Amino acid sequence: MIKIVKRDQPSRAIFFLTPILAIFLTLVAGGIIFYILGFKPFEALKFFFIVPIADKYGFSELLLKATPLCLIAIGLSFCFKSNNWNIGAEGQLTFGAIVSGGVALLFYEQEGFYILPVVILAGAIGGMLYASIPAILKTYFNTNEILVSLMLVYVSKLILDYLVVGPWSNPEGFNFPETRQFSDSAKLPLLFEGLRIHAGIFLALAAVVISWFVFYKTYLGFQMKVSGFSLKTAKYAGYKGKKMIILVFLISGACAGLAGVGEITGPIGQLHREISPDYGFTAIIVAFLGRLHPVGIIFASLVVAITYLGAETAQIFMQIPKYTGQVFQGMILFFLLASDYLLFFKFKFIGSKK
Amino acid sequence: MHKFFIRSFVSSLVLLFTFTVAAIAKDVKAAFVYIGPTGDHGWTYQHDVGRKAVEAAGFKTTYVEGVPESADAERVLRQLANSGHDVIFTTSFGYMNPTNKVAKEFPNVKFEHATGYKREHPNVSTYAARFYEGRTILGTIAGTMTKSNVIGYVASFPIPEVIRGINSFTLAAQKVNPNIKTKIVWAFTWYDPGKEAEAAKALIDQGADVIAQHTDSTAIVQIAEKAGVYAFGQASDMDKFAPKAVLTSVENNWGPYYVDRVKAVANGTWNQKDTWHGIGDGMVVISDLDSQMPADLRSKVKKLQADLASGKVHSFTGPIYDQKGNLMVAEGKTADDGMLAGMMTYVKGVEGDIPK
Repeated sequence: MIKIVKRDQPSRAIFFLTPILAIFLTLVAGGIIFYILGFKPFEALKFFFIVPIADKYGFSELLLKATPLCLIAIGLSFCFKSNNWNIGAEGQLTFGAIVSGGVALLFYEQEGFYILPVVILAGAIGGMLYASIPAILKTYFNTNEILVSLMLVYVSKLILDYLVVGPWSNPEGFNFPETRQFSDSAKLPLLFEGLRIHAGIFLALAAVVISWFVFYKTYLGFQMKVSGFSLKTAKYAGYKGKKMIILVFLISGACAGLAGVGEITGPIGQLHREISPDYGFTAIIVAFLGRLHPVGIIFASLVVAITYLGAETAQIFMQIPKYTGQVFQGMILFFLLASDYLLFFKFKFIGSKK
Repeated sequence: MHKFFIRSFVSSLVLLFTFTVAAIAKDVKAAFVYIGPTGDHGWTYQHDVGRKAVEAAGFKTTYVEGVPESADAERVLRQLANSGHDVIFTTSFGYMNPTNKVAKEFPNVKFEHATGYKREHPNVSTYAARFYEGRTILGTIAGTMTKSNVIGYVASFPIPEVIRGINSFTLAAQKVNPNIKTKIVWAFTWYDPGKEAEAAKALIDQGADVIAQHTDSTAIVQIAEKAGVYAFGQASDMDKFAPKAVLTSVENNWGPYYVDRVKAVANGTWNQKDTWHGIGDGMVVISDLDSQMPADLRSKVKKLQADLASGKVHSFTGPIYDQKGNLMVAEGKTADDGMLAGMMTYVKGVEGDIPK
């Protein structure tokens, strides 16, 4: 007989194993779905997860796709670790892109080494400003940051719509909703000729290193951890909760804003209505799949990035509907949450020996 | 003997034809990039109907649906160009810059971009439809059928394409009924059933008894059906979604153009061009006219359709005045394509301002 028993302490091994289990279960379930849809499961999985990254170009596209996911997820992990539920990274990304895009447009047709740093900084500040709204409302007015940050996503998209349709639209663009193309000085340099991977990847890697240092080597990281476990304990210990809430939101917003900068000054090169295919939301899956650990987030961002690429390849070569990519992302999160059950409970075999 | 000769001649012709078709089919592969799902019953759905026509003509096709206009579009295009496709149709405005960028890298692949204006490389063509001609028909019907003299119009984005449609619609409605007013609600989306339904409800609440739309979902005609007002289908024949409300639809018919262009690639006669076809070339099709419309209106519409097709009637024939009463097109003149392409002012009779 099998009995379910509560663990005395959440298992640390299981904590890092469950993401792998979740990915494995997603692959199995994905294979079953492909089979039901009438596709050869192994062939489909091959086109989904191997073919897209089989060559140099494909691999560079994977890194390009993973960069914003990783950057945002790192930022979100500051919030999530300390029990702050920032769901609005997509809005912070959008607002960061708006501010940095505005600065880039100011420097239209100008050259200079100083332009790019200013554009990048503007994006980070834009993201921080936008993230400060739910943070301030939470600390001083006790509002629910989940709702506020989520609703602000839609506000940011409307602001972007307004700008690209109206005042910032390309004067030579027949009123189509897009701005001018940024000048080369306002664009992130490409790392290799012929590939789209750009210097933004270093921002993501820097965020990984810095976050690791903060989480595990600083007093702030410790405070965040304690607040994450128990807000009451944190209060009892005398931590300045309000300051921390605002700080983690600012960090998170800056990261999301930088992700927006990477998109518009990287592969897109202008502002238009659709600068992000919901990276801000997908990064939530990435953060949890990576267990809010910087290294875990790197791997998680690669895994989730490949679901985007794989969906395209599978449709081109096997006519599998592209939306299966989103099904895979959903399944990963679902299986991860489901297998978290194993963190707190274990199966005990009660044999008939006794 | 004679019969046998003819028979073998005919059958060898058939065989030859089959082989030629097979040879072409083997050679040329066309790809389509869609902004939405193929099942949207609007914009993407109609492009996919066009793709199926290309398949029926004996060519292999591939499509990728739901491709966002973000950085992803470029990758999809490059992958299609890299995997043996000879001609790629990119069916949304936002693919304009990625299309031109990838076209530069693949000079041997032909690119066809819908609704854009940039043809930066010799292997990029653009194409669009004169939907405003269809809206002239809708305006004529709306102006005749309305009792409240208030006509609602759900618009997507304030770009020339949409403004042109509103103007063409209003001018036609005024021609049959000088007292009508066109009320606009901007949905700021091409496809969002929820938002479109809200917009339609708001217009009906303001007294509109005919609703036109320049968004793609079937939500508006369904709301109209419930409220007992008239509506028009957009992009595809939406009659089956609201049989009582839908008087007719303006269908986007891309098939003939697509087949033509893919054949041109196969024959080696493809050349760069900017195509803007209307009712005359069959790119804009008017669905069956509903029997609720009086017989004389139906015959009037049929005649108008024929005149628009032959060029006898132009949707923008002067005198046309803007909202402030300034002359836009003089008496006896018609608006040229340049003016139509950049049209950003409402004509007299449209209520409200263009959002800026």
